[in-house]
Amino acid sequence: MNNTNLIGLLIALPLFSAGLLLLLGKAANSWGHIFATLISISTFVIGLLEFLAMHKRANENRALTDHLFEWVHVGGLQVDAALLLDQLSIAFVLLITGVGSLIHIYSIAYMEHDHDRRRFFAYLNLFIAAMLLLVLGNSYLNLYVGWEGVGLASYLLIGFWNQRPAYATAARKAFIANRVGDVGLSLAIMIAFTQFGSVTFDGVKAGIPHASSAAILGLGAMLLLAATGKSAQFPLQSWLGDAMAGPTPVSALIHAATMVTAGVYLIVRSNFVFDASSIARTLVVIVGVITLLFGAIIGTAKDDIKKALAASTMSQIGYMVLASGLGPIGYAFAIMHLLTHGFFKAGMFLGAGSVMHGTNDQVDMRKFGNLRKYMPITAITFGLGYLAILGVPPFAGFYSKDKIIATAFNTTGTTGVIIGLAALLGAGITAFYMTRVIVMTFAGKARWEDEVHPHESPALMWIPMAILAIGSISAGFLLSWGGALVNWLAPVVNSTHLAENKDRISPILLTLITLGVVLFGVIWAVIKYREVPESAPEKVSIFTRAARKDLYQDAFNEAVLMKPGNQLVLTVDEIDQKVVDGAVNGVGKMVSGLSFGIRKIQNGYVRSYALVMSVGLLMLLLAVWLVKL
Amino acid sequence: MDISNYLYLSAILFTIGIAGVLIRRNAIIVFMSIELMLNAANLAFVTFSRTNGGLDGQVASFFTMVIAACEVVVGLAIIVTIYRTRRSASVDDASLLKR
Amino acid sequence: MSLLTILSIVPVLGGLALYLVPKNDSKKIRSVALAISLIETAISIWVAISFHSGNSGYQFVESHSWIKFIHINYAVGVDGLSLILVLMTTLLTPIVILASWKEGEGGRFSITTYYFLILMLESFGVAIFSATDIFYFYILFEVMLVPVYFLIAGFGHGERVAAATKFLLYGLFGGLVMLVALIGLFYEGINHGVVSFDINQLSQIAIPSTVQNLLFLGFFLAFAIKAPLWPFHTWLPAVAKTATPSTSIMLLGILDKVGTYGALRFCLQLFPHASKTFSFTISIFAIISIIYGAFAAIAQKEIPVLVGWTSISHFGFIILGIFAFTSQGVTGSSFYMFNHAFTTAALFILGGWLTSRRGTSAINEFGGLQRVTPVLGWMLFIAGLSGLALPGLSSFVSEFLVLIGTFTVHPILAIIGTTAIILAALYILLMIQKAVHGELRSENSNISDLNLREKIVMVPVIVAIVFFGFYPKPILHTLNSSTTSVLSHVVNADPAPKAR
Repeated sequence: MNNTNLIGLLIALPLFSAGLLLLLGKAANSWGHIFATLISISTFVIGLLEFLAMHKRANENRALTDHLFEWVHVGGLQVDAALLLDQLSIAFVLLITGVGSLIHIYSIAYMEHDHDRRRFFAYLNLFIAAMLLLVLGNSYLNLYVGWEGVGLASYLLIGFWNQRPAYATAARKAFIANRVGDVGLSLAIMIAFTQFGSVTFDGVKAGIPHASSAAILGLGAMLLLAATGKSAQFPLQSWLGDAMAGPTPVSALIHAATMVTAGVYLIVRSNFVFDASSIARTLVVIVGVITLLFGAIIGTAKDDIKKALAASTMSQIGYMVLASGLGPIGYAFAIMHLLTHGFFKAGMFLGAGSVMHGTNDQVDMRKFGNLRKYMPITAITFGLGYLAILGVPPFAGFYSKDKIIATAFNTTGTTGVIIGLAALLGAGITAFYMTRVIVMTFAGKARWEDEVHPHESPALMWIPMAILAIGSISAGFLLSWGGALVNWLAPVVNSTHLAENKDRISPILLTLITLGVVLFGVIWAVIKYREVPESAPEKVSIFTRAARKDLYQDAFNEAVLMKPGNQLVLTVDEIDQKVVDGAVNGVGKMVSGLSFGIRKIQNGYVRSYALVMSVGLLMLLLAVWLVKL
Repeated sequence: MDISNYLYLSAILFTIGIAGVLIRRNAIIVFMSIELMLNAANLAFVTFSRTNGGLDGQVASFFTMVIAACEVVVGLAIIVTIYRTRRSASVDDASLLKR
Repeated sequence: MSLLTILSIVPVLGGLALYLVPKNDSKKIRSVALAISLIETAISIWVAISFHSGNSGYQFVESHSWIKFIHINYAVGVDGLSLILVLMTTLLTPIVILASWKEGEGGRFSITTYYFLILMLESFGVAIFSATDIFYFYILFEVMLVPVYFLIAGFGHGERVAAATKFLLYGLFGGLVMLVALIGLFYEGINHGVVSFDINQLSQIAIPSTVQNLLFLGFFLAFAIKAPLWPFHTWLPAVAKTATPSTSIMLLGILDKVGTYGALRFCLQLFPHASKTFSFTISIFAIISIIYGAFAAIAQKEIPVLVGWTSISHFGFIILGIFAFTSQGVTGSSFYMFNHAFTTAALFILGGWLTSRRGTSAINEFGGLQRVTPVLGWMLFIAGLSGLALPGLSSFVSEFLVLIGTFTVHPILAIIGTTAIILAALYILLMIQKAVHGELRSENSNISDLNLREKIVMVPVIVAIVFFGFYPKPILHTLNSSTTSVLSHVVNADPAPKAR
């Protein structure tokens, strides 16, 4: 079998499995989870084979295109269902199927007592299929199908326990926020078609030099809007915290490692658009910087361990978006951080899941404490992820995040100083809130309730955590060894001829400064959270209060969008009944009123009819007589 | 003799007929009034036939008489039936179709 | 005799034959009605197979002189566009009959009459989509109101007579305006030496622009009422509220397509100049329909009324695509008509089953259905996703084609139209959340899941929705050549890409 055929199989296998498990229903309850896991692992194997084969080929022959079938052919719009496997997509394929498989394995144990486990695995496989389609599609329209597919899977998984109304609402909120982003993607595709007559990545790339700068800016802005929706970036960030309603493995896979990074993928994939418009790049940077600070600040005030991690995810993706707005070298670093983040954040989420598993699904960190004694493996793997996200050398985050900070600083002009400082500040806050999480959870005094008996999770759960922890240690080093990833991605993102910016600060000095800031954050958190009260303190500064309320993002949406929206809906409904339909009914009423009046003439007396006839006759005669004259 | 006198007579008879139909409630009298109107028309027909020298008017008046006869047959039968069932020959009482 | 004639006769004869079946044997009546509609489906598939899709002209043409002295003919023929709509009619009818196993009972007329009326509607539907003589088209346009009137007034519930009357008056009003325009068109034809009601011959003449504008408005008003376009839509919510689900499906799924089909076929082909003059105004009305319908749908509390409002929004998309005058817009609209029929059918059928199981159609009364009726819940979910045009489902292809086709000529309108996808997600997911998700209420715990018959009804619909989402080629291929030929009356070519 040649390699091209296998690409389609990557998507077909999990899609088939998802369909099968959903269609068979209860009949598949006993083996569904095993089957889905095997399917997921087999996609990883295929991905690995593809990677090895691609590695062997020369740099310029690495990209493969697989035309599956004719999809939408109307007039000038000729879109095929076609897959593109190149250096960028294979990186994602490995991340998705690799982390995905680990999380499948983890979920076998995690979801053991849920009688809907089969359905859960079907959704997971559906997600894998959609996510692979997203990164493998060779045109924006193909990508769009995967884009909505992951949105659907995310909706289903967030609302997996939708018997709780709040969870069902969280699922809907995520879908709607994503739909706002989808408007951006739709419009981007329309702009691309109107401008270039093509919606494939190649077609758009080829047309960029001929397009007006306004068109490119529009295209870039719409792609950015799409990315903000999917990646929970400012201003569409509010859904991610609520999305933690889903089972924890879902949060690890979809809302940390893969789906939420799709926005970064979209920007990096569209590098030719952003390279051609500096304003669009600036917008990307602005969104990235705002979100990385926004997420970090929210993260400092969350007592729910999953929501704290979600805020952290938002912030880390902010780093990636920031990097992808910094030009060619930034793309590679964005992807690097995306991959390392995939390891350490998924690992930490699984750790959080493990903690919840051991404490009767408790998520309030104020009810944890001293868990390292009872859950040593979880504590160690979580700790490794923690070191990675802090950017402590030689852990993964050091290689990826420090590069982003450095690149930000090296941007020319005062902008460079501002975004560099922002990124540095973000690193410090990250250190603070992550230390807070780890101190409140694993250190200090035990604060759990009496009926809770913390225990270590089974092997099926800690082995994936351990593997991800190994990734958290080594991924950064491996990916940047001799510029491995940067060179690998060079043909896709043009990252070879770059580094025209001089270093503003020497790299070693910057690393030291960064570590200093991080250390400060760590120490501050350790001092502050030596003692953890059972309930959150009431008397806090206005900033803490704002952070607890997610910086009023929901209140803002409520006041600006939902309330007027609701009012508008009711108004439309009322206007329709009273004005539009009222006009129609008014005509009807008028006619019937008129006939009601006229009906009185029909009194049933023959002589009155005769009188009317006679009068009519007279008038007729009179008329004839008058005309004659 | 001046032809217009016949026509005046015809008009007067017709008007009396109309007045009878409009004013009286007794079905028999309404009926007679209608006969009067028909005969007024007959008179006009014959008059014109006489002046024009043709026979068309005479023929038309025969038609009218035949129709009048038919009308009497059907109409009187209806009136008698109504009288039998409702004990009244007033046209105003025969208003079942109104509702 | 052309296959098309056979197609329009079979349901009529079959419907009459229903009266031979004993009146009280309702099971047999239903089976016979189903059999007739399946025979019809089989014939139409035969037509589709023997159709040459690359050819843009009419096929299976048949013409007989009917009323000689004013040159009215019985003339039929199909091109790709008509064929798709004919197929839509013949595929949907058996589904409707099988789905409405119990709906004919308890009406004002007998169950035989119920199926007779549905079969008559099918016949009229097939006939009107294949009519190539405008007068014949007009007659069918009016006569179709009759079975619908009796279906609503005879078998609906609540204020059914009022709704039926409203519908009838709306329809008659539009039809009469169209009749006036039709007569005007005929005289205009005579002035240009064409004494015929044949659409191809009449589309050759050049009508002066003032006359053309008036005639266009006459036709378009009728089509806009039928479609229904804002602000001529108010009959629809009333009907959706009172009619049985199958009536609503026949009406919204098939008959209302006559409005959009008519706008596409007659307005564009006969009055190209006027179509261009009014295109922007009509597009704005279409946009209002889209947004207004979506907003109103969010406010609805009953499933059928909600689906009715979503249809108003979707018809807005169809009209928007038609009056964009681009191949993507027009093909997208034609495909949209096909998809909308199945999506709406699925939603109405499922809504109807829920209503009959629970005794109410109020969305808030449900909840937690996923746990008692997983199959029904899933079907409703998939149908809903089709309603919000999820990529991968057929409605996405058509909706996206409409939007992209509109964007190339009226970007601002397309942008406004695109925001409707957010609203669509809102009205569908709100319904799903209230009905399917959430806590299970005790009143709902006895609702039974779909039985075998009901599954058989839904499976083809769902399969069609998914299959044509991934592989729309057969339909798009059939549509492409005829939409190009229709468009060629109005514009020369699609706008070229700006940067190349």
